[in-house]
Amino acid sequence: MQLTVWTYEGPPHVGAMRIATAMEGVHYVLHAPQGDTYADLLFTMIERRSKRPPVTYTTFQARDLGGDTAELFKISAQDAFDRFKPQVMLVGASCTAELIQDDPGGLAKTLGLPIPVVALDLPSYQRKENWGASETFYQLVRAICTPYAPPSGTKREPRPEGRRPSCNLLGATALGFRHRDDVREITSLLSQLGIDVNVAAPLDATPTDLARLGAADFNVVLYPETGAQAATWLKRTFGQPATNTVPIGVGATRKFVEEAASLAGIDATAFLAKSSSRLPWYSRSVDSTYLTGKRVFVFGDATHAVAAAKMATEELGFTVVGLGTYSREFAREVREAAKLYNVEPLISDDYLEVEAKIAEAQPELVLGTQMERHIAKRLGLPCAVISAPVHVQDFPARYSPQMGFEGANVIFDTWVHPLMMGLEEHLLQMFREDEEFNDTTPSHLGHRVKKIATVDIAPSTPTAEPIAVAAMPTEPAAMTKARWTAEGEKELGKIPFFVRGKARRNTERFAEERKLETITIETLYDAKAHYSR
Amino acid sequence: MNALTSIKTAVGIDGCGERPVLRQRGQREVFCGLTGIVWLHRKIQDAFFLVVGSRTCAHLIQSAAGVMIFAEPRFATAIIDERDLAGLADCNEELDRVVAQLLARRPEIKLLFLVGSCPSEVIKLDLSRAAQRLSQTYDPRVRVLNYSGSGIETTFTQGEDACLACLVPSLPPKIDAKPQLLVVGALSDVVEDQFQRMFIDFGLDDVRFFPPRSANDLPAVGPGTKYLLAQPFLTDTARALEERGAVRLEAPFPLGAEGTTLWLKAAADAFGIDDARFQAVTATRHARAAEALGRYRADLAGKRIFFFPDSQLEIPIARFLARELGCELVEVGTPYLHRQHLSVELDLLPADVMLSEGQDVDKQLDRCREARPDITVCGLGLANPLEADGLTTKWSIELLFTPIQGYEQAIDLAGLFARPLDRQSRLRV
Repeated sequence: MQLTVWTYEGPPHVGAMRIATAMEGVHYVLHAPQGDTYADLLFTMIERRSKRPPVTYTTFQARDLGGDTAELFKISAQDAFDRFKPQVMLVGASCTAELIQDDPGGLAKTLGLPIPVVALDLPSYQRKENWGASETFYQLVRAICTPYAPPSGTKREPRPEGRRPSCNLLGATALGFRHRDDVREITSLLSQLGIDVNVAAPLDATPTDLARLGAADFNVVLYPETGAQAATWLKRTFGQPATNTVPIGVGATRKFVEEAASLAGIDATAFLAKSSSRLPWYSRSVDSTYLTGKRVFVFGDATHAVAAAKMATEELGFTVVGLGTYSREFAREVREAAKLYNVEPLISDDYLEVEAKIAEAQPELVLGTQMERHIAKRLGLPCAVISAPVHVQDFPARYSPQMGFEGANVIFDTWVHPLMMGLEEHLLQMFREDEEFNDTTPSHLGHRVKKIATVDIAPSTPTAEPIAVAAMPTEPAAMTKARWTAEGEKELGKIPFFVRGKARRNTERFAEERKLETITIETLYDAKAHYSR
Repeated sequence: MNALTSIKTAVGIDGCGERPVLRQRGQREVFCGLTGIVWLHRKIQDAFFLVVGSRTCAHLIQSAAGVMIFAEPRFATAIIDERDLAGLADCNEELDRVVAQLLARRPEIKLLFLVGSCPSEVIKLDLSRAAQRLSQTYDPRVRVLNYSGSGIETTFTQGEDACLACLVPSLPPKIDAKPQLLVVGALSDVVEDQFQRMFIDFGLDDVRFFPPRSANDLPAVGPGTKYLLAQPFLTDTARALEERGAVRLEAPFPLGAEGTTLWLKAAADAFGIDDARFQAVTATRHARAAEALGRYRADLAGKRIFFFPDSQLEIPIARFLARELGCELVEVGTPYLHRQHLSVELDLLPADVMLSEGQDVDKQLDRCREARPDITVCGLGLANPLEADGLTTKWSIELLFTPIQGYEQAIDLAGLFARPLDRQSRLRV
């Protein structure tokens, strides 16, 4: 058993729903107790989908458990077929139905439906949402494409002369972080490069589309979390190579273009010479100088977190002070990346642990999920969202991809915007002695800043949200701290709020190491000089 | 019984017997009882709700709660994993470990609910024994109780019922036989305070609310306790209170000006408050609420309303909309119809209203689309798809999260229905 407050991922059957809902012509019959229908609202409310997810739940109750839940499943599946007339049916069990072992796959087979039925075996007590999405997409692709597969060992025919190269875009799902816009951006980018998109799936694809997957020259894996498993099977079965680079960031997009061009057997030089993003110039313009070395903490799914860390470092000139993911399946990739930035990788789906690590790292910007946005709000830190789990805000009305050159523009704005306001905040603080300004000058960070300061001064002070204290096990309250003199404290107050916490910590550590009893203005500046080296 | 007769006389109707009810079996698009934790943890401020369940349970509560306003809310899930199921780890030992971890982290917890879920029920994890065991371990610092919020046993608001019912045996016995009024069902604090002020003005000096705001402030119960239900979904709680000797006061629910007056009247009559005093306390407030509602009547009169089953509040709210705002009821669906607790409400409904209990959501959607009501009251999973079909909707979950009971909130309740129509009339896109 694991004590869990908030979760980054739902159960694996929600992953299966993300595939079914992304597609047309697929219906998912889920053996599940009453109440599991809550998952519909993720799609209708968060993503504002105008259609119900194509899911029929058996919604069994206690009285059914004594009777025949298997019969209930068969009735539900038959009714769903009659009403929705899907091209393909997915059948499976949610966590509770898994325990009663009714075998939805076997039961569906007895119905003799005239369409392919794909039985999903998603172990709920072991796996999570992204794994469920990946497995479902893979099972669906395998079930639909197998009849079209060439005999094993057949060498792939070279593309006929004169035909434009084509690829599939794999991995975009319902409820994905900007998947809708990424597919559009990459489709357009590839088209300009001279490569057609044969099928983009699962988002907006039909089972008939999936049947054509084998026709493409290669696959583009947009989201390894959901698309890599299917791509691996397609490579094995149809001999289709796949891209390895996820085009998030200017550098990654250029590398992706080269990779795609090479797989397509075309020359990308001319295309790369004329296309780029505004990001490089915006990053080089003098206004961006103050971004230099900003300490960022990055957390998200593995693909977005690794990409964000690279962009933060190479394209915005930030310093990565923390990197982590909740995707255990991709922990290796994140560990590798963490080495580049010399940080300890954080592989965890324990929200409280993530909060503690962020508090400990004292970043100036958090790049995370909606969960980290809440953490950052409590800690009074600016934050930009880079990854699922998603929130209604992550489905903006405007076009805002993360991938490709336009994606890099979007990301520049998204990440720099909260910091711009940080600079504004700095100016307010600098001029606060001016009679035009005072402590009540409104801050976009609300009143959190003051609370955090309180926490710093006296870790035992109860606050409205004790988590700010409780989450910092690395800052033991018992630590013998040197006493701040009134002047020292006053001087500390003159330091901009977003570095004040760090200054306090450093000064106290400095004093402690030197066994100083009091901290004066001089101690503060001694420490500053010491740590600036 | 006198109180009931006087209510029926007051509104000028006779009981109209059994009504036909449409019952269908199929997919039920409803939350399970775990959802109640979302408001219960705000109400009893030193209680903690530990769901013993799956990742789905944790995901459900998180999704229903909508946003993570609280860093560490007063609820969490002990997620069962494969080691527990494979018997590699003894579930009870694991639960004890998780509870120890939780209580070490949250020393302010005084009352811990172990909340059963579908998986814990199916694997027959005995949470009542676990609660007894843990109560002994942590006595007297923490009391540990258990109830089931599982979807196989409870629908949405039945979770509150199960929670309160499990709390009843902990209520201290009432020492004297002095009459006492107990208001039963979670109300927001502002509503509770308004009712309390009116009860004091009636001259009632022993009025208690259940659940209390603090776990250490449990009301006594016993012979002499007369209780008023503030919520229509408290079947098991009512039974448990009656086993302790409490007597239910028959009344409609305090929704709308009329509902509130009749609800208060049931208490006033039971405690022998004379009519002059009753009028002195309620007349002005009733008139103010009724007048305010009058402004919405123009917007809502004649509007056709369709209720999908959700919270069991459907029937009292339908009664309010029909009688005080002149709405026409197309279908009133409820997940469960408690004829006894709703007897006065049912009598107040128009004679020809179509009631449905339980659900086959696809067939009900067919009926709704066919009827094309002006407002459809439904859950969050259905609202946007219906809007996309051109039907105006009201999310039913808001009816639970918004204070809607009492005189001062009657207008807010009407506003919840008027706003979607207002929006429709404004938009030109």
